[in-house]
Amino acid sequence: MKKGEIENLVPGQLGDKERKLRSFFLQQVSNIPGGESIKKCIQCGCCTGSCPVSYMMDITPREVIALFRAGDIESILSSRTIWICASCYACTVRCPQGVQVTDILYALKRLAMDQKIFPKRFPVYALSQSFVNLTNRFGRSYEPGLIILYALKTNPFKLLGMLPLFIKLLMKGRIGIFPERIKKTEAFSRILKEAEIMEMIVPVEES
Amino acid sequence: MEYTYYPGCSLEASAKGYDESVRFVFDTLGHKLVELEDWNCCGATSYMSTKETISLVISARNLALAEKSGRDIVAPCSACYLVLYKTNKILKENSIMHAKVNQALKRDNLKYNLSLEVRHPLEVLINDVGIDTISAQADLRLDGVKMAQYYGCQIVRPDRGLDDKDNPQMMDALFEALGADNIYFPMKVRCCGGMLMTTYPDVGLELNKKILECAVENKAEMIVTTCPLCQINLEAYQNRINKKYKTDFHMPVYFFTQILGAVLGGSHAELGLKRNLFPVELKTQSVEARK
Repeated sequence: MKKGEIENLVPGQLGDKERKLRSFFLQQVSNIPGGESIKKCIQCGCCTGSCPVSYMMDITPREVIALFRAGDIESILSSRTIWICASCYACTVRCPQGVQVTDILYALKRLAMDQKIFPKRFPVYALSQSFVNLTNRFGRSYEPGLIILYALKTNPFKLLGMLPLFIKLLMKGRIGIFPERIKKTEAFSRILKEAEIMEMIVPVEES
Repeated sequence: MEYTYYPGCSLEASAKGYDESVRFVFDTLGHKLVELEDWNCCGATSYMSTKETISLVISARNLALAEKSGRDIVAPCSACYLVLYKTNKILKENSIMHAKVNQALKRDNLKYNLSLEVRHPLEVLINDVGIDTISAQADLRLDGVKMAQYYGCQIVRPDRGLDDKDNPQMMDALFEALGADNIYFPMKVRCCGGMLMTTYPDVGLELNKKILECAVENKAEMIVTTCPLCQINLEAYQNRINKKYKTDFHMPVYFFTQILGAVLGGSHAELGLKRNLFPVELKTQSVEARK
């Protein structure tokens, strides 16, 4: 939030951007089974303590929930926290209140990607986009293609460093020369097109 | 019993040995795996973190295809298992999402009616086949082989009520019955970093170093795992870890079905053991020799 914006606010009132982010986020959270338990967080920090990568995060998982409550989702989105999470679910299973921490971080990742709030040539976004493109096209993931697309989007010189491992795995028959694809690719893209429309439909609550 | 088999993309390529050994183990034990016709990528964590509804749709396409036969779906890759399981759970609990997903699947005359169970081969082997049956059929024993059972994250978490989340026992019990000497291995469910090895290599290398270190300190001869991504992270990056941390790791990392298959009499070729980056020297003993 910018400085001027804060001064114009009445205590307890959220800025326009924050309100928009919040409604997207809450809608995403409502799709998570048990998502409403985010309200029950007691700020004990078990999530942070269980996280194998919290030492690399600028905002810990506990602080993520505290910031959401304080009405500052924007700060969470511009942190590296959500991108460092490796989806190990240690926080989720240890939480004494049943908060679905991993799924909440997923919702935040989707929000950040949707709003494009992250640095340029950002590794996780590049990898996810490459993965999604390949899956949409072939119906299957293709490891060499994924790495090449990812490197082109971030730093092509990375490919040189990966070459020795690539050759090793190739010799062992662990790399496909050509991508595998599903048979019904045309029907698959029809499904995807409809799914894109479904993605945008948001259930409206009766008032 | 018959199961619908969902190999997943990794098992077609980098984890080919997993695919070969899973098929061998089920075949030898007399259970049939029928590969799902025209399956597609489950979407993995990358799709789920980009678009929620679309990721559920592509994952549910597999469930809809599998439902036609009525058999439970078995997925060896931890990520596929997690994603298919999670999709099934969300669709069962969220009727709006279920309707949206079916609306998309309708474009190819598919529909998912929520009747399936998503299962992992390790759990199927233990609950449906049984450890006793497996050890009765074993040609060889693993006496004295020091093993580190590495479960990784996504097979035990989030809670599925199958096994303990912090100290799972399924693999331990299975190999203990076959004579293996399971080492003390507190890192058994610690994260290997998954895709962080690609996006943030510094974090990925550090996490894998800790797991390897723990296995070495407790004198493991090998690590066995259930996950393709854990396997490749732990096995293929040892050179880089050695260079970065001045360590000297050369720890073989196998899929649990490769070792199980060897005990059941499979050859190296049948179990894809030649695809591993470390040579295999299994000190197995035949059951007769031991008697």
